[in-house]
Amino acid sequence: MAFFDRLRRKKQDTKIQPVEELVCEESLLEEAIVPAVDLSGPEETICEPVDAMASEPFDEDSMSGQDEADEEDDQQVEGKKGFFSRLKLGLTKTRKNIGEKITNLVKSNRKLDDEFWEELEEILIEADVGVNTSLELVKSVRDNARRQKMNESSQVMALIQEEVRKLLDSSGDLSLRSADDKLTVILVVGVNGAGKTTSIAKMAYRFKNYDQKVIIAAADTFRAAAIDQLQIWADRVGVELIKHQEGSDPGAVVYDAINAARARKADILIIDTAGRLQNKNNLMKEISKIRKVIEKEIPGAPHEVLLVLDACTGQNAISQARLFEEATGVTGIILTKLDGTAKGGIVLAIARELEMPVKLVGIGEKMNDLRDFDPAAFAAALFDEEE
Amino acid sequence: MAFEGLSDRLQDVFRKLRGKGKITEDDVKIAMREVRLALLEADVNFKVVKDFISRVSERAVGQEVLQSLTPGQQIVKIVYDEMALLMGGAESKLNLTSRTPVVFMAVGLQGAGKTTTVAKLGKNLIKQGRRPVLVACDVYRPAAIKQLQVLGEQTGIPVFAMGQGNPVDIAKASIEYARSNNRDIVILDTAGRLHINEELMDELKNVKAAVNPDEILLIVDAMTGQDAVNVAENFNKDLTLTGVILTKLDGDTRGGAALSVKAVTGCPIKMVGMGEKLDALEVFYPERMASRILGMGDVLSLVEKAQANFDEKKAKEMERKIRQQEFTLEDFLEQMQQVRSMGPLQDLLGMIPGLGKQLKGMQGEFDEKEIIWVEAIIQSMTREERRNPALINGSRKKRIAKGSGTRVQDVNRLLKQFEESRKLMKQFADMGHKKGKKGGMGPLKFPF
Repeated sequence: MAFFDRLRRKKQDTKIQPVEELVCEESLLEEAIVPAVDLSGPEETICEPVDAMASEPFDEDSMSGQDEADEEDDQQVEGKKGFFSRLKLGLTKTRKNIGEKITNLVKSNRKLDDEFWEELEEILIEADVGVNTSLELVKSVRDNARRQKMNESSQVMALIQEEVRKLLDSSGDLSLRSADDKLTVILVVGVNGAGKTTSIAKMAYRFKNYDQKVIIAAADTFRAAAIDQLQIWADRVGVELIKHQEGSDPGAVVYDAINAARARKADILIIDTAGRLQNKNNLMKEISKIRKVIEKEIPGAPHEVLLVLDACTGQNAISQARLFEEATGVTGIILTKLDGTAKGGIVLAIARELEMPVKLVGIGEKMNDLRDFDPAAFAAALFDEEE
Repeated sequence: MAFEGLSDRLQDVFRKLRGKGKITEDDVKIAMREVRLALLEADVNFKVVKDFISRVSERAVGQEVLQSLTPGQQIVKIVYDEMALLMGGAESKLNLTSRTPVVFMAVGLQGAGKTTTVAKLGKNLIKQGRRPVLVACDVYRPAAIKQLQVLGEQTGIPVFAMGQGNPVDIAKASIEYARSNNRDIVILDTAGRLHINEELMDELKNVKAAVNPDEILLIVDAMTGQDAVNVAENFNKDLTLTGVILTKLDGDTRGGAALSVKAVTGCPIKMVGMGEKLDALEVFYPERMASRILGMGDVLSLVEKAQANFDEKKAKEMERKIRQQEFTLEDFLEQMQQVRSMGPLQDLLGMIPGLGKQLKGMQGEFDEKEIIWVEAIIQSMTREERRNPALINGSRKKRIAKGSGTRVQDVNRLLKQFEESRKLMKQFADMGHKKGKKGGMGPLKFPF
């Protein structure tokens, strides 16, 4: 069963208001772009954990309440409409957004000539979708359009959305897997600076709000002060951190963490690893070894191996996905920093070449800025036609 | 796959055209499409590619190319020249001359590698005889100050920190600190931020206004895609950058972001981060980056690395041995140890033109551990056997395998590899010799 379904049910069973249901049908990407509207200053961000902690998790109203009061009114009155207007506001700040450009292109009521299709390709390439994937996407839209005897650009909109959604949907199960009744182990890997540690903190916060007992393992024993960084996060979230000295063996940290998690009857163990470039053979072997330690201790674990990927990464992300997959058996991607101008189009290329699903997205600096990935919403928001 | 070099691609294109009597403008167009694809796959920004292609096309259509016997190579050369030109021609140095203390400021997105780069920069400056101080202006990210302090300890550079105060105040106070503590360079480590976050960008403007830095360096992750241009444009608009430092270039990224950033902002790339160690910060050479983006290998870097690590006399002797085929397993062992001192084998091989493509298939084969095995095998041989591998018969092989804890197959494989590399080396050596006579790069001293 999908992880969050299980958690949700658990919540409902225990008669706790399932707060996130409110926004469930709201598209993810809409939310994703919202923080760009009023990216809060330092005093509102994670630096004041008290604020973030105090707000109900995943509750849109309280989130906007933190941000701007007048917008909150807007949203309450207009409901879904308010959401769109916030989304639009976000888009105006990131003018070069591909969704907008495509909308312009498709709306311009042009003939479906070569130039039109070329422009479409260009827009996708500029979103880091990659040359091959862009060409293929456009080709299949083009074939479809011809088959359905379309001759105006505005008709193409639905087709493009459909293609993008199909590509992302077909890349595998989008929910997080878990152990049925025992400890769930999540291994987090990625290159330097992708956002592993922050994503782990957000994940822990999220699980904790589902009444899960979470333990974090500080297996990044290499980078200066990485353990301190994780400790600060663990304290803020209010979960336990298993750590050794800087420079110690990460395998040993993991081993200890598993035993500690068992002894303390934890539900979820999240393992932070040191960032490493995928072409460093020895470091990749080290992370394979970490995986083996987990496998040996708990058959069937790790239940998730999540590759953290910076949304601004270009074509190199394919190499990252491939080599980390070989070394650790990646089960999904966390796409971080989607609140910038980068659109993370590379996940389309990864979905196409490696069938690796995106499971979570990071959309801001606050604790609750880690969301489920929703391909339909991703596609819809990219090609949003709303005025 | 995506990462084949431009040279290979163009050769494919022109092989198809070989039947034709001459190359036409249309053929050049086809070639330009390949160039375009190669650049896009290297993450060069889309608009930059467009401009670039139109400029190169103009030159390529000219007489010299169409009538040349090797149009493919001619076009690669034009592309390469134009690209090196675009990236600024010669290398550009950090501005260290003005006043005391000199002030550097490092800015960039989250996770670009600012803090690490600041420490590397400090270490680099110490080597040049300067006395830097690192300043912790990242008051937001948890443990960022601690990270800088740990790095400061590792490099022996003092770190100025004022806790979670106001970055502007910290920057101002750090100048005073430098003056009263006899430090001549102040390097400010600022918090990572999004280029569209106005509030945080304003903060940087205020820091700039307060301390008027001599260098404002944008730290850019070499793996960045098309968005690199937006980021650089925004930072440049708000802060007027003086240079760029490219990080994580020791990965397998092509680094097209470099070209894009330079083309759009005009800011020179001054340094590149090449590894996790704190001395892995190198001067940026535009021509070499051009080679890398095009997948043409980086012979110059390789030669330089070899020169830095090899004993001139020994190398000469080795060269003679190679040419006269006196090369023995003993030399092989010694060479291998020297090569290892140059850095990870895979990095070195990646610098050899044409090898980039093959390397993909060999991932994992060039393993440092395997070298340890090879060493063990050779060391289990008698001196006689090392000098004359032909001696090694079945029972000797068994003994060697036993002695080194390997299998007879491993011994066989090593002997075969040795024979092959001996042939290869002769070719290399001859090639280098000829070039050397022409007064080119001088004799190549490749030991493998």
